[in-house]
Amino acid sequence: MITKRIIPCLDVKDGRVVKGVNFRWLSDVNSPVELAEYYSDNGADELVFYDITASSDGRKIFTEILSETARKVFIPLTVGGGISAVSDFERVLSCGADKVSVNTGAINNPALIPEAAKLYGSQCVVISADVQRVGGEFHVFARGGRDDTGIEAVSWIRRCVDSGAGEVVLNSIDTDGVKRGFDIEMLKAVCDAVNVPVIASGGAGCIDDFVELFREVPGADAGLAASIFHFGEVKISDLKKTLHDENIPVRL
Amino acid sequence: MTAIINYGVGNLFSLESSFNAIGYDVTITSNPEEIRNAERIILPGVGAFGDAAGKLFSSGLADVLISESKRGKPILGICLGMQLLFTKSYEFGEYDGLNLIPGEVKPIRDVIPGGLKIPQMGWNSLTFINPSEIYSRTQKDSYVYFVHSYAAFCDGKYITSTTDYGVPLTASVQNGNIYGVQYHPEKSGNVGLDILRSFCEVKS
Repeated sequence: MITKRIIPCLDVKDGRVVKGVNFRWLSDVNSPVELAEYYSDNGADELVFYDITASSDGRKIFTEILSETARKVFIPLTVGGGISAVSDFERVLSCGADKVSVNTGAINNPALIPEAAKLYGSQCVVISADVQRVGGEFHVFARGGRDDTGIEAVSWIRRCVDSGAGEVVLNSIDTDGVKRGFDIEMLKAVCDAVNVPVIASGGAGCIDDFVELFREVPGADAGLAASIFHFGEVKISDLKKTLHDENIPVRL
Repeated sequence: MTAIINYGVGNLFSLESSFNAIGYDVTITSNPEEIRNAERIILPGVGAFGDAAGKLFSSGLADVLISESKRGKPILGICLGMQLLFTKSYEFGEYDGLNLIPGEVKPIRDVIPGGLKIPQMGWNSLTFINPSEIYSRTQKDSYVYFVHSYAAFCDGKYITSTTDYGVPLTASVQNGNIYGVQYHPEKSGNVGLDILRSFCEVKS
């Protein structure tokens, strides 16, 4: 049986892993290569590397770190951050990424997803959406959660999938950093709307939050988190054992 | 030396890295001479069958693969590379494959129960059917990483493992010195590296 995936997310800036609380306050955590190897050896099913550098120098360091990681870690690697053109896909794929997630780039350029899917296949194109409630609607936010685009999120995500995205990362800004559980309501709305894998992101604070996620949202394929893994608050081995005991299929 | 066939399909970085990690020399090549001189051949591939088969046949690499297979050289097809080993595919039309293993490639949507997502993307376990040397180090029910919307359908005698996605789907095949895996061993952690290592130990 296909298993539910547990995915640590590494936000990388200037060659180091950082994690923002509600996206804005950053604190240095660890070396991305070491963390990636550690996670791979300890049961992570996949890794997400998110490039939050803005400068071209930072981007160069990022791609070097990505290739160093991909030479040592043999689980799927998804890369996001600063992907605004097909050339960015090429840049990270040639350094060992398996999937590329687009966010603001897909908002600014609707042709990006179909072009990339045609060149590299849908399995390689991930739509990563930062979504927040605004006046009773789900809105897509751009630029790392800073700008409200006013676009309704669920129909927008469905359009992205229809145009070639093969996977969705749904990050709820409302629950991100709060550590009181995933955004079940938002996830249900998106899982009902698409038939590609959906990765839940934002809000995990403890093991039970993952149990709740997979129980309440059977359509969710994976749970993604950052700081609770980086700071050792949740060990992936303990998390998977609990999920297994709760009859949720995981790779042990 | 292991030759990874480079015919412009897919990203070979991880595959090359995984052979480096298990200590086997590898070359990424489209040079027929290098392929003939290699001890074993990897046929990778990601994307659409028709496009990939077209590139293999028009470049002449299909002929090299077929003649090397007849010399008994071990060949491993991975993902789309495995599907290309078969007679025919029905992905966006009808296309001929290398016909090194009799069988057809068809959409999983026709056989899996409704409600399951397509592609099958993620870690799923292997159920062994017929024995194969590539599993000399692999425990039963080990997990490997799949990404596919199409699967191979063939005589059970060629099937070495299946995976359960609502129904059993072909996970790996073998016909003599011709091996194929639907999953990505280069993305399947230590289980995958062990499978590659065992393939590298197969004698031609």
